[in-house]
Amino acid sequence: MIDVDVEQQVGSFTLRARFTADAPVVGLFGRSGAGKSTLVNAIAGVTMPRRGHVRVDDVVLFDSERRIDLPPQARRIGYVFQDALLFPHLSVEANLLYGHHLRAPAVRFIEPRHVIDVLGLARLLPRKPGALSGGEKQRVAIGRALLAQPRILLLDEPLASLDVPRRMEILDYIERLRDEFHIPIVYVSHSVAEITRLADTLVVLSAGECVGVGDVDDVMGRIDLKPYTGRYEAGAVIESTVVAHDLDFDLTTLAFAGGELTVPGINAIIGERVRARIRARDVSLALDKPMGLSIVNVLSGRVTAIREESGPVVDVQLAVGETVLTARITRRSLVQLGIHVEQDLYALVKAVSFDHRSTGYA
Amino acid sequence: MAGLSPEEVGIVLLSLRVAVVSVLCSLPIAILVAYVLARTRFPGKILVDAVVHLPLVLPPVVVGFALLVLFGKRGPIGSLLNDWFGIVFAFRWTGAALASAIMGFPLMVRAIRLSMEAIDRRLETAATTLGGSRAWVFASITLPLALPGIITGVLLSFARGLGEFGATITFVSNIPGETETLPLAIYSLTQVPGGDAQALRLSIIAVVLSVLALVTSEWLTGRATKAKSDDRR
Repeated sequence: MIDVDVEQQVGSFTLRARFTADAPVVGLFGRSGAGKSTLVNAIAGVTMPRRGHVRVDDVVLFDSERRIDLPPQARRIGYVFQDALLFPHLSVEANLLYGHHLRAPAVRFIEPRHVIDVLGLARLLPRKPGALSGGEKQRVAIGRALLAQPRILLLDEPLASLDVPRRMEILDYIERLRDEFHIPIVYVSHSVAEITRLADTLVVLSAGECVGVGDVDDVMGRIDLKPYTGRYEAGAVIESTVVAHDLDFDLTTLAFAGGELTVPGINAIIGERVRARIRARDVSLALDKPMGLSIVNVLSGRVTAIREESGPVVDVQLAVGETVLTARITRRSLVQLGIHVEQDLYALVKAVSFDHRSTGYA
Repeated sequence: MAGLSPEEVGIVLLSLRVAVVSVLCSLPIAILVAYVLARTRFPGKILVDAVVHLPLVLPPVVVGFALLVLFGKRGPIGSLLNDWFGIVFAFRWTGAALASAIMGFPLMVRAIRLSMEAIDRRLETAATTLGGSRAWVFASITLPLALPGIITGVLLSFARGLGEFGATITFVSNIPGETETLPLAIYSLTQVPGGDAQALRLSIIAVVLSVLALVTSEWLTGRATKAKSDDRR
């Protein structure tokens, strides 16, 4: 649970941000210059807001009215910077343990060995930061922040300085540590792809103000936020479990509440929880169960809502078991097929519409 | 020491003692002043900066005279130190060390300050968010990263101390066995007939000492820099 209400003046820029969020991963989204870093610095206590409060799990870190302002070293916020900022004169191991040594044993709940395992750092321990690649540096930085026993982890554009393959790798690691350590994460980014893959709750920041807070899909789907979020593919996120791999054709079968999905092979072991994102425009609808089709995913569901968008498209929401899918179809199809709420029909999803970015550890 | 008379050995040892003591005593203060100048802003900072740099631009004789006035037995600071702690600077080797320290101070502060200013301050911020108090962050991050500058500062101040003449002779005079350091001895020898040969010997010793100090510091700086960044790929 994080509760932020801060007001701060930096030069001619005014930050007036207020939000509360309670989710495993809170995404803080905004274009560059929206005030993301200013807000993050205020939460971490690196800068002091003019007014307001910052609370994490009922611990007051800052409150201008009650004159509380914990210094950064007492806040226990795991701040991971864009460019890692490892201490160049210390080995990877000494970097990792820097904060660990400074916390009283009573508050230590994260063990060095656990962090080293999860982030795959064992091989790097004796090295100096100068001899690490960008991705390795970022992993060490995340491990270092974790070992300082944080109340929350604050990741400020941790992928900004990495190339694309490294980004995917770090995202995998972040998902893994979210599941392993159960520390709330605030993930700051200007990338829609990163945010929607990781975040459960989304905070949209623009010109120093929080313009939208809520579930990722609600916020990203809001038409009034389009100017801030940009073009965004409406869709649904499905929590699923890996049940089988087809090695011959490199496919993976995922089970979710409502059926099974076949997707291009993903790198996860059977039984692992995986999050798959289905874009609305990749879902077609059929009244009868289709035969002789190349589309492998045919799910039966019931229409729960029809959302009229402007122009030729409509979004049809349907419940597949307990999962809600969205299909984006033309208005003409809606009329010709006579689709209405409470109707039973079939949703078709091409397996290849799942790209590397749309599946990941849940 | 081969080929040196006991007198010459005494002069060399005294010079080394004066230079070493002056460096050791001024180093902690120089680090503190450099840190304050590099990391804080306060009204009158430019004034502090100017005072620190004063010995660099003033004629050494003026510095020596000022020391004589302030730290002399009846000077405002000198009399207090004498009364309270029994420390006497005037006409003692400790006075020569004080003069060296003052003359080398701006060089030392400057080198350390520059290397501190070159440190990415966000490293200190990161250390703070990891739980480090300001003092601990200073000791564990700032100080080690400023090490090359500290070594350079120590060398410059040490060399300045070995060569100090004007302020020393004004403040503590030229007393053989007490305040007669290498430069003072060389100067005296050049003032007496037939002293040239001995002056040359002492000059060669001064050159050797300076070169040794320079080489040692280069070696230490190289090691410190290497330890800091390892080999970047």
